[in-house]
Amino acid sequence: MVDHTVRSFDADLETLDRHISEMGGIAEKMLSDAMDALATMNAELAHRVVETDLRLDHLQRTVEDLAVRTLARRQPVAVDLRDVVGVMRIAADLERIGDQAKNIAKRTTKIAGEPRLSRAVIGLKSMHEVAANQLKDVLDAYAQRDASAARAVWARDAELDALEDSVFRDLLTFMMEDPRNITFCTHLLFCSKNLERVGDHATNIAETVVYIVTGENLSGEDRPRGPEAAALP
Amino acid sequence: MTDSAVQDVAAPSAKLAEKMSVRSLDFYYGDHRALKSVNVKFYANQVTALIGPSGCGKSTLLRVLNRMYDLYPRQRAEGEVLLDGENILDPKLDLNSLRARVGMVFQKPTPFPMSIYENIAFGVRLYEKLGRADMDERVEAALRGAALWDEVKDKLTTSGLSLSGGQQQRLCIARTIAIKPEMILFDEPASALDPISTAKIEELIDELRADYTIAIVTHNMQQAVRVSQFTAFMYLGELVEFDQTDRIFTAPRERRTQDYITGRFG
Repeated sequence: MVDHTVRSFDADLETLDRHISEMGGIAEKMLSDAMDALATMNAELAHRVVETDLRLDHLQRTVEDLAVRTLARRQPVAVDLRDVVGVMRIAADLERIGDQAKNIAKRTTKIAGEPRLSRAVIGLKSMHEVAANQLKDVLDAYAQRDASAARAVWARDAELDALEDSVFRDLLTFMMEDPRNITFCTHLLFCSKNLERVGDHATNIAETVVYIVTGENLSGEDRPRGPEAAALP
Repeated sequence: MTDSAVQDVAAPSAKLAEKMSVRSLDFYYGDHRALKSVNVKFYANQVTALIGPSGCGKSTLLRVLNRMYDLYPRQRAEGEVLLDGENILDPKLDLNSLRARVGMVFQKPTPFPMSIYENIAFGVRLYEKLGRADMDERVEAALRGAALWDEVKDKLTTSGLSLSGGQQQRLCIARTIAIKPEMILFDEPASALDPISTAKIEELIDELRADYTIAIVTHNMQQAVRVSQFTAFMYLGELVEFDQTDRIFTAPRERRTQDYITGRFG
């Protein structure tokens, strides 16, 4: 896009962009570290994830401050307005993704002493793989301002929902097999919910990217959904 | 000339009446074609902002709407401008009654060098013969309508030139509405005013909308966002985009509109 006549406006927008990509990188790393910590019961790595979350929170506040100042100073309109508003929304979603990773890490420190069930974690690893891909693709879509790539992420959310469903069934089976698995598997149930939420936030970001690029609001009702876990026995 | 050439951009649910409709309008300064087949509508009781860079034709368009250009030789308009369905470009049209129906407020306040009272009564007398009491009433109503009454009611006999810039501009608005027009054209009415006077004029425009159809030319994009319901973006004599103001300033359809309003014009 052609530069603004007022150059410092472009500089503000570029700074916001840079913060978002930094936040995206941190959120991705937190999520994969949290999953590694869970798979290997590495309490130290889990602690580091919890600490990293502070950095993400701080960046989110920085983005909000700069975005608010940009609104006040430049009174942006059209694509610039959508950009600044979008950046605030994306920063909030990335911060929430960090919270999900932090929650998984906290659970890891809690269940580090419990008897482990390696095969119970396999399903969660697949969920993480899908969630991490969604996050990566949507961050790329944002960086490229690519609405069709964002729409593709948005349409794929059902996949993660379906996966959560099957993880739920698996964990239930393990618990019924042997009541000693109940504590461990209950914690994993929450982790699967965390991963599903990561997918939801990636979907939110996809909606924001489409809004930034086209000005259209993707309707939440049309979003493809998997079967509701609540409807299960 | 079919109706479909004039884009209808109002939401059907809003059920807006069309006060003025500009169709295939061309305008010439001598041989120079300053407006190129412009189509636009002015909805009743709505504010329509005309925006665009200098020389885009927005003031020219405004000057056609009450045939202000007729005062100058070698300027001519072709096409149709329908006011309640009647073509005001018709040479047989009575210009005085047109200008009573379509009033205009200019960029610089232009009070006459006479008392505040006379500034308003003068114009009214051109069109109506009112008794003293009726005239007093008309002057007061106009000053109230222009949100100036409280500030000048005790000094109606002092010169209009003694007022501040913002007050002078409201006096000009009072003068315009005293004649009971149907439509008011504003040509950058606040560009010479400080922010507080500007806010008062903008507030006033919003109030006037209840009784009049309003067209405003403004260089101040934020002002267009604040005061108008519809916006027309013009460039090089063409009407590039006409839509609801909310739409223009959040997600314009045309690239040229976006480049202009976001400050990316070279």
